[in-house]
Amino acid sequence: MVLEGDGTAVTAPGQFIDIKLDGRYLRRPISVHDADEGSITIIYKVLGHGTDDMTRYEPGKPLDVLAGCGNGFWMPTGKETPLLIGGGVGIPPLYLLAKKLIAAGRKPQAVLGFNSKEDAFCIEEFRALGCTVTAASADGSIGTKGFVTDALPAPDTYDCFYTCGPLPMLRALDAAIPAGIPGQFSFEERMGCGFGACMGCTIPVKGGYKRICKDGPVLAREEILWEK
Amino acid sequence: MGEVRENRLGVTLCGIELDNPVIPASGTFGYGREFAELYDINILGTFSFKGTTKDARLGNPVPRIAETSCGMLNAVGLQNPGVNHVVAHELPEMKRFFHKPVMANVSGFSVDDYVYTCEKLDKEPQVGWLEVNVSCPNVHGGGMSFGTDPKAAAAVTRAVKAVTTKPVILKLSPNVTDITEIAKACEDAGADGISLINTLLGMRIDLKTRKPILANTTGGLSGPAVFPVALRMVYQVARAVSVPIVGMGGIASAEDVLEMMMAGATAVEVGAANLVDPFACKKIIEELPAAMDKYGINTLQELKG
Repeated sequence: MVLEGDGTAVTAPGQFIDIKLDGRYLRRPISVHDADEGSITIIYKVLGHGTDDMTRYEPGKPLDVLAGCGNGFWMPTGKETPLLIGGGVGIPPLYLLAKKLIAAGRKPQAVLGFNSKEDAFCIEEFRALGCTVTAASADGSIGTKGFVTDALPAPDTYDCFYTCGPLPMLRALDAAIPAGIPGQFSFEERMGCGFGACMGCTIPVKGGYKRICKDGPVLAREEILWEK
Repeated sequence: MGEVRENRLGVTLCGIELDNPVIPASGTFGYGREFAELYDINILGTFSFKGTTKDARLGNPVPRIAETSCGMLNAVGLQNPGVNHVVAHELPEMKRFFHKPVMANVSGFSVDDYVYTCEKLDKEPQVGWLEVNVSCPNVHGGGMSFGTDPKAAAAVTRAVKAVTTKPVILKLSPNVTDITEIAKACEDAGADGISLINTLLGMRIDLKTRKPILANTTGGLSGPAVFPVALRMVYQVARAVSVPIVGMGGIASAEDVLEMMMAGATAVEVGAANLVDPFACKKIIEELPAAMDKYGINTLQELKG
């Protein structure tokens, strides 16, 4: 879905927008796929009533949106060669990240995981940016058969990583990637407000706790507490 | 009383003048910072800050939030950094962006907890009122258990009044058979005001997993769904006690404010609406004069009684 309007409130890749839907009480947080001065693009999956409603929205319909929510991914500091790992609906925010990384002179490679070929999306868009893309699918219908962890490149080909996807995938990646490599993980959680007021999405981290909507959704690898 | 007010929205709550009766409710406004980034929150009557306890609390596991028709459930579980941190860090920071007396919301798990926290906050110059929450439905062994027994609610009130100098407002739970009984017990024990209602206990089940959506199983219902229940309880309590009442529960518009004040509230708190629209209170305040004109209300003071 492409939203027309000022996209400059989105200041970092990995941020989300919080959309008010007709007849639904709470806003829906959806990650930003792409943004510029005149538009914000989102790619969403129908998971509940709200996203189902959105499929019936006609072009031109005005939407009440809070844009630029959350911290987003931060850029690497040196000359790193980043690896981007996305699973399903976790892939869209990595697209804007890839764009920014390439604009900053980095050469990111991407591993994108899907359930099967018919769910696959965005692969060509990443390639068009200049990313090396490896796909993985649970049923083997596209790319490597298995999960993203089965398609990871050799650890000496990247020195930092960014990831977004379902929690089991994030957990598996933390276990699979050598401990010395810094990473940024984007988390998903049920939210109340989406801007840090209600404490509805707080999780414990090393040395305290963080609101996924305001202090996240992106957490640094070293601060994450995996045991739940 | 008979005084002439320049501000037709002005009200007096326990002896302190408010520019308007609109108060963001505790737990929906943090310590103000997130909203101060969006607008000048000095336009508010005041705000009730995040429920503060003696010790820091992480709160409940996630998920803590579930949507409902016309509202939401929350089971945050009083996440807060503890009163000493609030005094050392939150209040000094708040002073930079909020220049009015603030309402300090306090919760506890024993009478001693309430006394400890209230005594500390009472000494803070910016604290105007203490709002003592005996009604949190999302914590075990405290909170609401003090607000469902008139004797326990009175004991908390009496103990807090003994160590404080500022107006003490008891925030009551709707999860009782007769809320007027609790309100009267608090008034008799010295409460300077009553605020109501906290959230209504509810739950939702995820059809896919067949398990409760909230990790805490149950949570507190808020939002427009509870407005008629809140209004009814404010109306009943207003006829049972003579101290001022802060009415809340599902308020989302200037008209809701007027209705709540007609039921007997001196001021109102706005809760869940802030989470859906961070500008909700600002809009309500801006819409009040036109809504008053529409219903022939000259000043909000005249709605009392």
